[in-house]
Amino acid sequence: MKDKKTFRREPLTDTQLLMMIAICIFVSMYLSAMLLFGGGFLRAQQIFDMLNDNAPLIIVSCGLTIVMIGGGIDISVGAVTSLVVMACAIFLNNGGNIYLSMLIALGIGLAFGLVQGYLISYLEIQPFIVTLAGMFFARGMTTILSVNPQKVDTVGTENLVNLLTSKDPAVKITFWQFLRDMNFKTLLEGKIKIDWLGYTAPNGNRISASMEWGVVIALLCVVVVFLLLKYHKLGRGFYAIGGNQTSALMLGINVKRTRFLSYVICGLLSGIAGYVFLMHTGAGNATNAAGMEMNAIAASIIGGTLLTGGVGNVAGTFFGVLTLTTIKKIVVTSGLKDPWWQSITTGGMLCFFIILQSIVLYIRGKLRAKQKKG
Amino acid sequence: MQEHSLLEMRHINKLFPGVKALSNVDFTLRAGEIHALMGENGAGKSTLIKVLTGVYQDDGGEIRVDGKTISIRSPQDAQNNGISTVYQEITLCPNLTVAENMFIGREKDVLVHKKRREKRADELLNELGIPARGTQMLGNCSLAVQQMVAIARAVDLNCKVLILDEPTSSLDDKEVNVLFGLMRDLKARGVGIIFVTHFLEQVYEVCDRITVLRNGELVGEYLTEELPQVQLVAKMIGKDLDELSSFGEVQEKYFSDDDIFYQATKLSSSAALPFNFAIHKGEVNGFTGLLGSGRSESVRAIFGADKVNSGTVYINGKNVKIKKPIHAMKNGIGYLAEDRKRDGIIADLSVRENIILALQVMKGFFKPISRNEAESFADEYIKALNIKTASRETPIGSLSGGNQQKVILARWLLTHPDYLILDEPTRGIDVGTKLEIQKLVLKLAEDGVAVTFISSEIEEMLRTCSRLIVMRDRHIVGELTGSDLNQAQVMKTIAGGETDEG
Amino acid sequence: MKDKLKNIFKGGLGQLTIPIIAILVLIIFNLFRDPSFFRITVELNNDGNRVLAGNLISIINAASELAILAMGMTLVTAASGGQDISVGAMAAIAGSAFVKILKYGGNINGFVVFAAFLVAVIVAMIFGAFNGTLVSVFKIQPMIATLILFTCGRSIAYWINGGATPTVDSGIVKAIGGFIPGCPIPTPVIIVIAVAIIFKLVFHFTSLELFTQSVGINGSAARLNGINATWIKLLSFIILGACVAVAGTIGVSRLGLINHETLLLDVEMDAILAVAIGGNSLGGGKFKLAGSILGAYVIHILTITLYAMKVPSTDVKAYKAIVIIILVVIGSPVIKKWFAKTVARIRNKKSQVPVKGAQ
Repeated sequence: MKDKKTFRREPLTDTQLLMMIAICIFVSMYLSAMLLFGGGFLRAQQIFDMLNDNAPLIIVSCGLTIVMIGGGIDISVGAVTSLVVMACAIFLNNGGNIYLSMLIALGIGLAFGLVQGYLISYLEIQPFIVTLAGMFFARGMTTILSVNPQKVDTVGTENLVNLLTSKDPAVKITFWQFLRDMNFKTLLEGKIKIDWLGYTAPNGNRISASMEWGVVIALLCVVVVFLLLKYHKLGRGFYAIGGNQTSALMLGINVKRTRFLSYVICGLLSGIAGYVFLMHTGAGNATNAAGMEMNAIAASIIGGTLLTGGVGNVAGTFFGVLTLTTIKKIVVTSGLKDPWWQSITTGGMLCFFIILQSIVLYIRGKLRAKQKKG
Repeated sequence: MQEHSLLEMRHINKLFPGVKALSNVDFTLRAGEIHALMGENGAGKSTLIKVLTGVYQDDGGEIRVDGKTISIRSPQDAQNNGISTVYQEITLCPNLTVAENMFIGREKDVLVHKKRREKRADELLNELGIPARGTQMLGNCSLAVQQMVAIARAVDLNCKVLILDEPTSSLDDKEVNVLFGLMRDLKARGVGIIFVTHFLEQVYEVCDRITVLRNGELVGEYLTEELPQVQLVAKMIGKDLDELSSFGEVQEKYFSDDDIFYQATKLSSSAALPFNFAIHKGEVNGFTGLLGSGRSESVRAIFGADKVNSGTVYINGKNVKIKKPIHAMKNGIGYLAEDRKRDGIIADLSVRENIILALQVMKGFFKPISRNEAESFADEYIKALNIKTASRETPIGSLSGGNQQKVILARWLLTHPDYLILDEPTRGIDVGTKLEIQKLVLKLAEDGVAVTFISSEIEEMLRTCSRLIVMRDRHIVGELTGSDLNQAQVMKTIAGGETDEG
Repeated sequence: MKDKLKNIFKGGLGQLTIPIIAILVLIIFNLFRDPSFFRITVELNNDGNRVLAGNLISIINAASELAILAMGMTLVTAASGGQDISVGAMAAIAGSAFVKILKYGGNINGFVVFAAFLVAVIVAMIFGAFNGTLVSVFKIQPMIATLILFTCGRSIAYWINGGATPTVDSGIVKAIGGFIPGCPIPTPVIIVIAVAIIFKLVFHFTSLELFTQSVGINGSAARLNGINATWIKLLSFIILGACVAVAGTIGVSRLGLINHETLLLDVEMDAILAVAIGGNSLGGGKFKLAGSILGAYVIHILTITLYAMKVPSTDVKAYKAIVIIILVVIGSPVIKKWFAKTVARIRNKKSQVPVKGAQ
């Protein structure tokens, strides 16, 4: 193919290079964990567990990656997620409709995105300050809402998936009934079982690998954001305003609207992440998703997104989340149970990645300068 | 009835805090003409253009395209009305591909057809003879190519009005010719082109008409063939050009070896190849050559602006090491950088702070210049160099280009250098200030200061320098003195027609 | 004279306008709400000292750490165009080091306290230098570089004291966090004044201010004028480190114990906020220290006002956020421009009235 040839001729872009590094390091780290620790790391369930636990983080990081590519920052994402978890938990416990609770989640996320986006792009206030205030507000609202931890009450309800897939015609329900009677227990316990990826426990029981529905949503978000960034006018606009704002304006891009939308999408994704979080834990707590914004920033950075804007890729971010999680798993598996070991190794790893990126970009800059001259 | 006018701007006004940047300016562009917009810095050219392109909003006035009154509120509005602009600074995104830069922001489709767009880009680039591929990252292209891509984008917009704001300042002669070919081609297609430049010869080469602005007011509109160059300059600066002609030939000076102030052998930096160079006290010499010939890189190596790799340097016969700018400064060398915006001014700081900066650095971190001292220094140089500023506390960023340059000059003069390197001190500034700077250089030399002067305009160098070092492809290829100092000889050496002794 | 007054009205206050207006509004609001809010009394404290008491004093007292951190943060912001989000974690490290040394010597005398403080300062400066190196040498965005210590700083603090939260029982330490016997003014307030004076002296006797601003506005030009931009950025982080140590010491002394988890928790956000409320650009460049200090007090007046209005401490954040948004919206460039335009229009109308006939 001729097309392929022309593609080959171009050197890797910064975005691609940094993402490749992230993926390589994740793979080599995971492989060495498999060799060193064996056990859990050899099972597919390990990866599924990592995804199950981190589906909300993946979604939030996607949103943050968009904002960071556009040259901004949003540190309210964790707090918004937490607020959504709490609000939805309380709503459901007061007999709220399940679909309405989803709308509430999206609505809260959207509202934060709209207000913050408006303040940042149309009133030209520094994003850090706006989203810091957003973070304060969301955290404050969470504590105001939460008198005590809210565990979503699922007693007496049934996991409808069992009925849907049931062989017994007496209890079997149609898909339409399934949708109509949808309850939270179904969402909470909904799992996708993949038998052939399972393993046989020592007692001879076959345990199939299971993945929560939240992971599907998270993966869907990754794919959608990936396509948006790559093939949508708006997505390319994010890169343009992050690369050079004045130029983007001169190129006829509506810089304000594009930036506004980046925050709106980010807010919306935070809302989705909150709901997925609730689907994972089934309870709302004032300290939910504490520190998630920094984890999301760390994941984006490890995945090759630069805070300076214009460079980044959501696929990299996905692997950034996995890398972060793998580090934590490795630390726990190696017997360093103290929680402070986790944060110290995470810090060390971050340090390593950040310096590595800095060096790689420096060398590339040099090479590029040489090329231009030659 | 008059001939078809494509664009009419009537009674345009623009106010900035404290300044009337444009007052009652009229401008008319006809279809199929190249129209030069001329004026000193601060005359209002850029403001007029920015009003036309929607970067600024006018404070009164009327803009008509094809006889229809339009209002331009943003660059997009301008584009939609068929007005495209190519700026001196590259206004493209370096992190996107060439093709994306050409098509982003103007396609109706929501989804991007990557392949189709790249093919279209390649076709267009081919047609215009631009050496780039659609799939290339723009940041990997040379500045000249980036500029051409910007023009290609504008051309493809099917624009009626094309504004070229100093597009040639980063292009070499060959590229300028390609651009002119392109401009004539567009003109034949009925596009009206507004051409802003500081190069007078270029105006006379391609333009049909000239509009001159001065101090935010319209001076007049002229046919190019009816306005001799000397008169054009007179209209731009608003005074007679006797001064220009009073600039006689530079008298040849003879220096003895004892007078050598600076001498370098095999000096090289991360950007410059090894070269030998020496300058005497009171001598004005120049580095010349095409853009990219290494002239700026060489003087940067002298000052230690880039990483110095090798070489021995003697100052006043004493061996010294110059690795960083501060070393050079301590040895009495000053350097006025080529890119004033990027390497010269500290935009938000006041004129006073900008003036004392270099002296302060030389005095050291722990010996700050007192406020009183600083103020008297600032006042002294504002007066001596005739810097036009509201006060010494005005941020330098709000001054016009020429006055900014004078402040930077003042900064270096205040350090009382023994050797001053001026890299393109006259670029992008008005004719009047150019003359002032040239005079200043000669006066400095009389006072025994060694000066290296670099300019893209050879005439300017011939007027000031007693020795010219010619560079080509990053090597010194000749040194001209005395009777060899004439335009023809310089050109010949730059072009490399005959082998020189160098 | 008239011109001068006019200038002050026009923008002589410049970037200080917003924090000063905020303080005035809050004070007036409190006066209406409860005039006794500002009553200052002289009371006997537990140690039998006559000390000043009242809301105003507690505001000024409680804002001490923040004010000190805001000063350091301003410098970092100006030089590097970014912010250090690890100051809270670093304060925990410095506080832990401070307590660790105090616990070494059996009885705590003035010398031991001084030595401990010195060690805390050095430790914090080393960590500051670590951040500074990442920023200046490796050219990493400050927020990203300091994310590392933000992530693991409190764990390092935990490790210093072996996971315990040791208490310190010493009159001298108590005096640092409370009152010096015989002096009615809280010691932290005195320390803030001392730090501010030190900054003023440093600005007077060195070119720190000019160089920092030059580097922040145009690093390339600063370098070509012989300024060592790397060193200036590094220096700003080291100075911030020293500020962090002082703030950490005050924080530890107030409670008489080090809790690595909660010491100055979330203070980094408040410090950055103080810088921004003070009218300093978070993008670096020109700065005014006074603005940041005022910003710190604005934040605390707000907090204490909310407490006085019986808002539960956990909910304060939400109300604070609203006030912050109002403040930054007023200070936003777009609103300012709109305001200036409106004023100009009104003025134009007035001046145009008599000329109307001529036109």
